[in-house]
Amino acid sequence: MQIIQILWERRAFFMTCLLEHIRISLTAVVCAGVLGILLGVFISGHKKLAGGVLSVINVIYTIPSISLLGFLIPFTGIGNKTAIIALTVYGLLPIVRNTYTGLTNVDAGILEVAEGLGSDGRQILLGIRIPLALPVIISGFRNMVVMIIAMGGIASFIGAGGLGAAIYRGITTYNMTLTAAGSVLIALLALFSDWLLARVQKAVNRRYGIE
Amino acid sequence: MNKAIEIRNVSASYGDHEVLRQITLAVEKGEFLVIIGPSGCGKTTLLKMINGLVLPVEGEVLVEGERLSACDLTRLRRRIGYAVQGAKLFPHLTVEDNICYVPGLDKKLSKEDRRKLSVKMLELVELPAELAKRFPRQLSGGQKQRVGIARAMAASPDILLMDEPFGAVDEITRRALQGELLALQKKTGITIVFITHDIEEAFKLGSRILIMKDGVIWQEGKREELLHAPRDGFVKQLIGGM
Repeated sequence: MQIIQILWERRAFFMTCLLEHIRISLTAVVCAGVLGILLGVFISGHKKLAGGVLSVINVIYTIPSISLLGFLIPFTGIGNKTAIIALTVYGLLPIVRNTYTGLTNVDAGILEVAEGLGSDGRQILLGIRIPLALPVIISGFRNMVVMIIAMGGIASFIGAGGLGAAIYRGITTYNMTLTAAGSVLIALLALFSDWLLARVQKAVNRRYGIE
Repeated sequence: MNKAIEIRNVSASYGDHEVLRQITLAVEKGEFLVIIGPSGCGKTTLLKMINGLVLPVEGEVLVEGERLSACDLTRLRRRIGYAVQGAKLFPHLTVEDNICYVPGLDKKLSKEDRRKLSVKMLELVELPAELAKRFPRQLSGGQKQRVGIARAMAASPDILLMDEPFGAVDEITRRALQGELLALQKKTGITIVFITHDIEEAFKLGSRILIMKDGVIWQEGKREELLHAPRDGFVKQLIGGM
């Protein structure tokens, strides 16, 4: 009850935070998405590099988020830019791994037929492998989006905006309700995005005849 | 030039294992050649040599007089139909899109062209035109196999390579498919190289039969020649029930 009350009373503040949160997350999602898919496609074509690249990304993933933000401050300062970089780096793991797994798990027999029928490398990648890997790539994308939105809450500890600002302010002023309200909004934003992407996934599956 | 395919002294190996040894073989235009042999005899490898999916370590393969080692393989493959066991249709494409796949590799087809082509090809393999908008998983095994043949034939190739195409369908469907394939070959005059491990199928379809064993051509000939003069016990046993 208190949470709804505070959300209503300070709606202008929460709206600013929410929009800022969306902006930061969306930027990171686009960066990590583009970079991650390209990297995933690249290592699926260069299997010798795949193990190394995936382990490096795995190691980065194990760095606690708060210390990654700390490491970045000397290089990129405080604020949204650093937050977006950190979120992008974290977001890479699920999307690279799923893109790679999806692309490498396509039935070898189907790929051989595609080649035997006269497709060139580009046609096999764009016409066969990527469409067949799409369900796996999209579920990696969903993971990534939810993770970036949730982690975006920490970004305000290094002076970035977003709903983390509400949480942070709540903690420093012993205002539990404020902290809870910020957290609930982050959770709702993550759930909503996930739901939206689930719809996209369904539409894609229908387009490609998967039930 | 009436040789569709010429294979000259071809050998192939996977690692240390030699799969084909000094194979020499010519296929005439319009011939229906069936290759039969136990698993591991190298028949699939031999077939894949013809469309360059496997490259010889020595020897030379010519298709329609063109050396595979000196031509654009991707372009050449579009003129050679390829159908395999289990059809291996592209699961994310409708029947129509599967059929239009090879012609669509060269140029973008109009909606009307795609429709016309799929209707024509479905008729050729005796499937109803309504199937065009279905996805492969909505088809029966026999229907899939027919679509696989339609896909292989859609670009009007001169040569059709078939690797145990009827291996995964039931007996009744297989007989029907065999009959249709014979009729189709009569109609189009296409050169077919067909792999099977079923001697009955080989005798029914092949205008010439080639028996392989341990990476070499053990015996070849028309069915009467094989029946009357089997080379040895292996061939006798293979054609025993015929």
